[in-house]
Amino acid sequence: MKISYRDAMREAIREAMHSDPRVFLMGEDVGRYGGTYAVSKGLLAEFGDERIRDTPLSELGFVGVGIGAAVGGMRPIIEVMTVNFSLLALDQIVNTAASLRHMSGGQFSVPVVVRMATGAGRQLAAQHSHSLENWYAHIPGIRVLAPATVADARGMLRPALADPDPVIIFEHTQLYNSSEDLEGPVPVDIDSAAVRREGNHISLITYGGSLPKALAAADVLAEKGIAAEVVDLRVLRPLDTDTIAASVRKTHRAVVVDEGWRTGSLAAEVMAQIVEREFYELDAPPRRVCSAEVPVPYAKHLEYATLPQVETIVSTAWNVIGDR
Amino acid sequence: MTAPDFPYDKAFAVELLTDMLRIRRFEEKAAELYGAQKIRGFLHLYVGEEAVAVGALHALSPGDAVVATYREHGHALVHGVPMNSIMAEMFGKREGCSRGRGGSMHLFDAATRFYGGNAIVAGGLPLAAGLALADKMQGKRRVTACFFGEGAMAEGAFHETMNLASLWQLPVLFCCENNLYAMGTALSRSESQTDLCVKAASFDVPTLKADGMDVIATLHAARSGAAHVRTTGGPFFIEFQTYRFRAHSMFDPELYRDKAEVESWKERGPIHTFSARLKALGLFSEEEFLRIDDRVMSEVDAAVNFAEAGTWEAPGDLLRDVLTPARTEEAS
Repeated sequence: MKISYRDAMREAIREAMHSDPRVFLMGEDVGRYGGTYAVSKGLLAEFGDERIRDTPLSELGFVGVGIGAAVGGMRPIIEVMTVNFSLLALDQIVNTAASLRHMSGGQFSVPVVVRMATGAGRQLAAQHSHSLENWYAHIPGIRVLAPATVADARGMLRPALADPDPVIIFEHTQLYNSSEDLEGPVPVDIDSAAVRREGNHISLITYGGSLPKALAAADVLAEKGIAAEVVDLRVLRPLDTDTIAASVRKTHRAVVVDEGWRTGSLAAEVMAQIVEREFYELDAPPRRVCSAEVPVPYAKHLEYATLPQVETIVSTAWNVIGDR
Repeated sequence: MTAPDFPYDKAFAVELLTDMLRIRRFEEKAAELYGAQKIRGFLHLYVGEEAVAVGALHALSPGDAVVATYREHGHALVHGVPMNSIMAEMFGKREGCSRGRGGSMHLFDAATRFYGGNAIVAGGLPLAAGLALADKMQGKRRVTACFFGEGAMAEGAFHETMNLASLWQLPVLFCCENNLYAMGTALSRSESQTDLCVKAASFDVPTLKADGMDVIATLHAARSGAAHVRTTGGPFFIEFQTYRFRAHSMFDPELYRDKAEVESWKERGPIHTFSARLKALGLFSEEEFLRIDDRVMSEVDAAVNFAEAGTWEAPGDLLRDVLTPARTEEAS
C-alpha cells in the first residue's frame, strides 16, 4: 500500500501513543492546526489535549519543559516547527538534555525525542530553509537521525522513544510528500547507515533530503556506464563509519552530498573519516557537493543554485571518476 | 518546650539553626580548601543566604523535587544530599555525588530528587516545570521547588517558563533568591521593573515577598507557597530578599558594592539573629550553640577526610555516562 512520508510519521506517532501512556506530543500548532506540515493532523481528536499539547511560541520554554518531563518519567515527542527555530531552544538541548547524564555522574537520563523540519526547496528564504543537522551532530550526549525514506519515517520513532537518551529527528520538508509501498511498520535500527543502491565505481554518501537527488544522480551515471553506490547515513550521530569505510574500500572513490554549508559541514566530517580510515584505498581525492555559502535566498532560480542538485552531483562524480 | 510568640518547639528551632550552621561552616571550609587548591573551577558561596534554603526546604515533603542553581551547596545539604558526597564532588573524586563530573556547580542526587546544580542562569526553570508536568500527567501530587537568582528574571527562560507553568497549572514553587546583584550588576541597573513580584504576578501567578534573612519568615512564606501548590496544583512565586556576604565567586574583586552596605547586611546575618532570638526567648544558651557548632565542624571535617580519601576516576572511564549503556534496554 502506498503511504506518504508524512502519513508514515503520523502512524508512527499514533502507534507510540497507543502503546505507551507516557508518550505525548507537544509543539507549536500540533493540535488544533494539525501540525505545520500536517504530520499530527487528526491526533488531537484521537488523543485529546492532554497528550497532544499545543504550546505557546516559546521554543526554549517548551523544549526545556519536554526535557524536564522526560527526566520526570514521561516520553515526550517535541515538535519544533523548523531547525531555524530550534536555535531558540539550543541552550536547553545542549546545556541540559545532552549534558545532564554526564554531569550528574550517570544518575539522570533524558529520554526525549525532538522532531524538527529541515531543509530548503520551498522558496521559504533564509529563516525557514537551513540545514543545521551538523550543529546537533557535533554534540556528545544526543543521537541524531535523518529518516530519508518512508520506511525510516515509519520505523525510526519506536527505537528513538526506547532510547534512554535524547534523540533528534530531522524531517526534510521536501520528503513529506514522497511515498512508497509499505505494509505496516518495518523494524529499523537507529545505529547504522544503509546502502540504498549497490555499485562498485563510486560511493555517493548522503542523508535526508539529498538522498532522492543522489539516487537520481546514480541513474544518470548508470546511463554513462558508471555504477554508483548510494550510502544513506540515516544516523548523523554517532556516524556509522564502518559502512562508509566498507563502501569506499569497494569503490575507491567518494562524493559526499550534504545540504549543509560546505565549511564545517557534516560532509567535511565524513570526508575526514574516509581519509583517516581509508586513505590508501582511495584512487582519487574525495569531493563534496554542499550548499553555496549564502543564506538561502527566496527567488526560485537562486534557491536552486544554492542547493546540491542532481546535475552537480553527476558532474562532481564524473570529475572524481576522471581523476586518476 | 515552646515560648510565647514562637509557635515552634525547641527541637525544631535547633534543627533550623543547625542546618544554617552546616551550610555556613561547609562554605567557610570550601573557601579555605579553594585557597589550598583542593577545590578548583568556579566556587559560589551561599554565606549570608542560609535562611532562604533552610526555611524554604523545610516546607517541602519527602518526594518533592529541588532544582537549584550553581550556588547550591546549601540547598543540597538541607535537602538531604550527604555532606561527604558533596565535598567529594568538589574535590573531583569518584565518590562525589556527580562522580566528579560536575563539581561545585553541578551537584545531583537521584535518591533525594535533587536535580542540580544548573549553571546556565534560568536554565533550571524549564527543567523544573517539566518535572512538574510529568508529576501532573502521572497523577503524582508532588511539589517541585525551583531556586534561581533575581538575575534569572531577565532571561527569556524565566518568562517562557512562568507563562507555561501558569497556563498549564504546573505544581512548581518558584523561589527567587533576590540578593540584589546579578554577579556585579545591581537589580536597578538591569531591570525596568524592580518589584519582582509584580513581574511574576503578570503571569497570573500568586506571589509573596519574604525577609530572606529571617529563617522563620522564609519558612512561613514557603509553607504558604507549598500549600498553595499542593492544594491547587498550580504554581506559586516567592521573592526571598537576601544578601550574599561574600564575593560572587572566588574571582570577584567586589568593585560594585560598598563595604558599608555589606556590613549593614551582615548585622542582619541569619544565624546570629536567629540564635539571639532563641536565647532571648530562653530556649537556647550560648553553651548549646557552641556544642552544635562543634558537632557541625566535626561533620565538615569528616567530609573533608572522606573527600581526601576518595579515589580518582580512571581516565579510561572518561567517556562513561555520555550515553546510557545497553541502549536497547528501555529505561523506566
